[in-house]
Amino acid sequence: MARAATTADAFNAVAEPRRRQILDLLASGERPVNDLVLLTGLAQPQVSKHLRVLREVGAVDVRDEGRRRLYSVNGPALRPIHDWVKAYEQTWSERFDALDEVLVQLEQEEEDDDRE
Amino acid sequence: MTVSSHTATVTLPTDEQILIVREFDARKRLVWKAFTTPELVRRWWHAKRGEVTVCDIDLRVGGAWRYAMVTPDGVEVAFHGEYLEVVPEERVVTSEIYEGLPEGVSDADAATVNTATFTEADGRTTLTLLIEAANKVSRDAIVASGMEDGLQDALDLLEATAGSLD
Repeated sequence: MARAATTADAFNAVAEPRRRQILDLLASGERPVNDLVLLTGLAQPQVSKHLRVLREVGAVDVRDEGRRRLYSVNGPALRPIHDWVKAYEQTWSERFDALDEVLVQLEQEEEDDDRE
Repeated sequence: MTVSSHTATVTLPTDEQILIVREFDARKRLVWKAFTTPELVRRWWHAKRGEVTVCDIDLRVGGAWRYAMVTPDGVEVAFHGEYLEVVPEERVVTSEIYEGLPEGVSDADAATVNTATFTEADGRTTLTLLIEAANKVSRDAIVASGMEDGLQDALDLLEATAGSLD
């Protein structure tokens, strides 16, 4: 079962939307699991599972403080992976923002046609 | 999550796939029209990164399509393919080949099959675009196409980090 993390695993791990949400939350500072449960609305076992995947690929770090385990983002490791999907997403977002404008114009044209 | 419904969300469901989902505040009929009519595609496909110079659409099974755009610094980016399935206002499946492939990369390796699905609820339309590559290397290269510094830098950095975890 134990095998070395690969870059493929890392990219896929970070591409999962819930895990990106968790990474976004950790970006503002380290947090215990309970915080993440509250903020994501996910069940604790699910959050723990996502954190385990993220740890396995080196995207998050963990440290013990008394009885609490605090999770944090491994910034330098994460940035390029995050950017990888983000930049691609950005292209499509801009494409679809332009499509929004086309749709507004189409609706307007149809209304004008109806009035004639 | 800071992502609004108007942001395209990109996920990688399997090693070969890219899934893009976006909701539009318009009826399905109009989204389909904007997605499949050349004069309309010209107005959005540029992604605000240049001007669409070619937009050929022969919307029938076996029909060809070709889109090209030119960026402000004069670089042409072009794609072409064939319609594999056309179900008006529901689904369109195409093959897609990028015309600027590096030497040694075959069309067969780099071609993708793209499935666009349109679903409407409460007057809003969700467009789901599934891009299926022949293999993971091609898939990763497609995602990396949006990246300024290139995928290799990112992979190198990540590999170094993953290595330091042992």
